Amino acid sequence: MIFISEERKIREDGRKYNELRPIKIEAGVLERADGSAYVEVGGNKIFACVYGPKETYKRRLLRPDKGVISVRYSMAPFSVDSRKKPGPDRRSNEISKITEDALRPALLLEGFPRSMVEVYIEVISAEGGTRCAGVTAAAVALADAGIPMKDIPAGCAAGKMNDEVVLDLSEIEDKNGQADVPLVIMPRTGEITLLQADGNLSQEEFEEAINLAIDGCMQVSELQKEALKARYVLE
Amino acid sequence: MIYVENKDLVIPGEVLAEDDFYSGRGTFKEDGKICSSLIGLVSLRNKKINVIPLKSKYVPKKGDVVIGKINDVRFSMWGVDINSPYEGIIPASEVFGRDKKTLNKVFDVGDVLFLRVVDVDEVKKAKLGLKGRGMGKFKGGIIVEIAPTKVPRLIGKKGSMINMIKDKTGCKIVVGQNGLVWIRGDSEMERITRDIISVIEQEAHTSGLTDRIREKLYLDITGEIPNEFDDIDDDYVESPTFDFEDFENNPKVDDEPITEPLPNEGFKRNKRSNKRFNNNKKFHKKSRSPRKYELEKPQLQNFKDELEQEELEAKRNEDFMDNIDNIEKEKNNVKKPFETGKNKSGFSIFRDD
Repeated sequence: MIFISEERKIREDGRKYNELRPIKIEAGVLERADGSAYVEVGGNKIFACVYGPKETYKRRLLRPDKGVISVRYSMAPFSVDSRKKPGPDRRSNEISKITEDALRPALLLEGFPRSMVEVYIEVISAEGGTRCAGVTAAAVALADAGIPMKDIPAGCAAGKMNDEVVLDLSEIEDKNGQADVPLVIMPRTGEITLLQADGNLSQEEFEEAINLAIDGCMQVSELQKEALKARYVLE
Repeated sequence: MIYVENKDLVIPGEVLAEDDFYSGRGTFKEDGKICSSLIGLVSLRNKKINVIPLKSKYVPKKGDVVIGKINDVRFSMWGVDINSPYEGIIPASEVFGRDKKTLNKVFDVGDVLFLRVVDVDEVKKAKLGLKGRGMGKFKGGIIVEIAPTKVPRLIGKKGSMINMIKDKTGCKIVVGQNGLVWIRGDSEMERITRDIISVIEQEAHTSGLTDRIREKLYLDITGEIPNEFDDIDDDYVESPTFDFEDFENNPKVDDEPITEPLPNEGFKRNKRSNKRFNNNKKFHKKSRSPRKYELEKPQLQNFKDELEQEELEAKRNEDFMDNIDNIEKEKNNVKKPFETGKNKSGFSIFRDD
């Protein structure tokens, strides 16, 4: 006998509509960086490294009352199916900027005037949703570097696929889907620090997507906290 | 309401307590909740909550002793890298009196020096000086880096850890508060010392570290742990647990040939003297330049003093209340004859008014 499940449609990779891809987060993976993190979200493999606070060498960024954050997001040439030309392009410039904006509200750099915190996000392997995974990794790396923060931002995307609102789009879903809503929140207060939307969504769908993404961010946040604590627990 | 215990590991954004508590170093207050802003260990004192960071950058503070590397020679000063976001300088006047000589004949780029922070200006540039015992250029040896917050742990309670390492390895060790450690001795021993320090850095947040380090030292040097070692070094058993006081008191460098107490005002503020003049704690705290990395200034600099003051105030209030009672009683006594008069004639004289 075959029972037909009454649950919502199962997705291409067998996930439920509100299920995240398997996530692995590790803090403090690099020796020479002040803080670092490694994040795997499904097929995404991302390193984030933090240097600083250190002397500002970009003079135009210098602020006399507090420290500044500078983010560089870059994808390795071998991270995608067809070779990506190395170096900054339109897309990575955009992601660098939005990551900076997503992280800035969480930082408390008033204690380090005229200094700069540098964050490097390196995508080793990409499979959809790298900006959210990048923010997640960068936030863990910042906390690992001992930089004062109000909260650890966590990111997750929701989207629409086959007229169904789903959580955490994979690369295929992203390409064939109808919409993509990446979201970053500060989990303690629930403040949204990054919200983008791409595609067509009705108002109800948009709200559903946001709620779904917030749930996803909360799950990611738990894993971030575990990873940070695991770094200092001695066997 | 408090959600954490002393020495708990906390991460940024974690809620530590609500109401009734004071937020100290490494914490901030939001909507009446005290949250951690760092990854570190909780230090509870009375009702003040601090978080001791596990990683940090050095921010120069007046009176600190640091190890720096010359990276620039200019017309009348040297530029120094002090392992910090902020730059250090040695003015030529610190070395020569009034007459200027060729600066690079004294110190050249690449020289490593032991220095004192004389002053920190508005832009946090540290002015460094060489006045004090043991200050000057290092010859030979190696430099090891540790987190500046772990310096007190490396030194240990009353220097127990560092003295133990010095005794066992026979190396000369100088610790700067900016997290640089200079080691000189036999090349094999230098290597052992370096490894030991990296172990201390990694395990600084655990308890029973001194004992473990002692065992490791014996293993590395003699190859075995003597059976009777429990009886030998009673002195070192002193700080088997993580001691937050060390962080609070910010001990200065601990090296015998270099850091004998000086009749120098800045140098008085080491751990030992702090303990000796415990009553003057407030004075010492004030004389130190304000800690710029504090996010939210603790509302109480010294909780004990505040408590005492509160008690005094309460007592004064009570006295005042008693007095009021007495005065009113007196008033009543005085008023009585008049009041009767008032009732009768509808008009009265209050001599008191």
